Amino acid sequence: MNKSFVKVLTVFRKDILAELRTREIVVSVLVFALLVLVIFSFAFDMGAGMGETVAPGILWVALTFGGVIGFNRIFAMEKENSRLEGLMLCPVDRAVIYWGKLAGSFTFMLAVAVIITPVFLVLFNLPLLLPRLALVIVLTVIGFAAVGTLFSALAINTRARDIMLPILFLPIVVPVIVAAVKATAPVLAGAPWADMLTWLQVIIAFDIIYLVVATLVFEFVIEE
Amino acid sequence: MNDGVLAPVPCAIEIRGLTKSFGEHHALRGIDLQVSKGECLVIFGPNGAGKTTLVKIMSTLVKPSSGGVWLDGMHIRDKPAQIRRKISLVSHETFLYDDLTVYENLKFYGKMYDVADLEQKIHDVISWVQLESRRYDRIGTLSRGQQQRVSIARGVLHNPSILFLDEPEVGLDPHASTVIRDMLGGLNTGGRTVVMTTHNLERGLELGDRIIILDRGRIVYQAAKHKIDKANFQQVYDQYTGTGM
Repeated sequence: MNKSFVKVLTVFRKDILAELRTREIVVSVLVFALLVLVIFSFAFDMGAGMGETVAPGILWVALTFGGVIGFNRIFAMEKENSRLEGLMLCPVDRAVIYWGKLAGSFTFMLAVAVIITPVFLVLFNLPLLLPRLALVIVLTVIGFAAVGTLFSALAINTRARDIMLPILFLPIVVPVIVAAVKATAPVLAGAPWADMLTWLQVIIAFDIIYLVVATLVFEFVIEE
Repeated sequence: MNDGVLAPVPCAIEIRGLTKSFGEHHALRGIDLQVSKGECLVIFGPNGAGKTTLVKIMSTLVKPSSGGVWLDGMHIRDKPAQIRRKISLVSHETFLYDDLTVYENLKFYGKMYDVADLEQKIHDVISWVQLESRRYDRIGTLSRGQQQRVSIARGVLHNPSILFLDEPEVGLDPHASTVIRDMLGGLNTGGRTVVMTTHNLERGLELGDRIIILDRGRIVYQAAKHKIDKANFQQVYDQYTGTGM
């Protein structure tokens, strides 16, 4: 196996192991996302097709704002005990660190999505079996994780870290949030593939652009 | 001088005209220094003298403003990954993950450094720092002194030829400090070059082959240990830095 890939997996495994012990990221994001869903489910009357109209936005608001909380922790854990310096001393390309952390971010976000999506579908009286929704979620979470991991690293060295991340993250992910909402609506309405295809392409393009850009600029972000 | 081209030099570390500024603050103001292979260099200096900045530049963590640093004849800018394989940094910060065990932390770093025969190496370093009984305990449950011992184990796991120690005794109680001192004494073996910063004059004089004093970003004093009058070194230090420790 490629040495860089092995090291990406090493960073990823370390993050997963630490998260399994502390459950800091997944639990905090999960609680926040569930609260958002419950509040919105009470705020809107879900009769007469309202579910299909407003539900996509509610799902992505819950995941986006929950994601901000999670991404804040991704590199914060490396700040304690100066672990980031320990990582940076390792004889690996900086992109290896980025991809290892990205894999962790993606997994944590996906775990939250896997738990809250069935709750969301029940609360909004929607069918439970929606494979196309799973596709939209996976592709969007990739984009979220690509941007969130990068800005988490950027925000870590700023004093107002908790404020800085949403200020940086949210404007950048607006295109992918809009595309995710637009791609989710036809899925919930039972519309054909063609209605969501363009938006899926937008999400895929966003993912590719930000994965490439983040890989290239991460070295400059992480270093002094 | 800092064009990256330099004939191979017989010393482990060579620094020429090194400066580092953070905005208006000049942390290092023209450092020239050579450290021979196998030598133990101890750097003294008051807070803010530039000791940590110098160590961080040598260990590739911080980029210099000007000047050059060569480790084993390689410029740190040209081959950072290759250089990182040969060096290690043990600081007062442990770089360890509190929620992982001693073994898991060492395994993580060992894999990142491609350490061959990793299980045996982990066993050896854990034995050396006398923490066999805490092997599967989480770092967060260890005392500060034990954590620092694991940090030293992490630092030597990949058998670096150059080891930087940045105030490794900070925050330790007297007993833990004595244990760590005994371990540090064993690090400068097998041709390994050691550069250590410390505020502890007695310990530094004990461990170092050569002593330098850094003040306001400049080397203001340097001497081989055998030329130093240990009894009066505190006065020498005060004289050169204008402060006591």
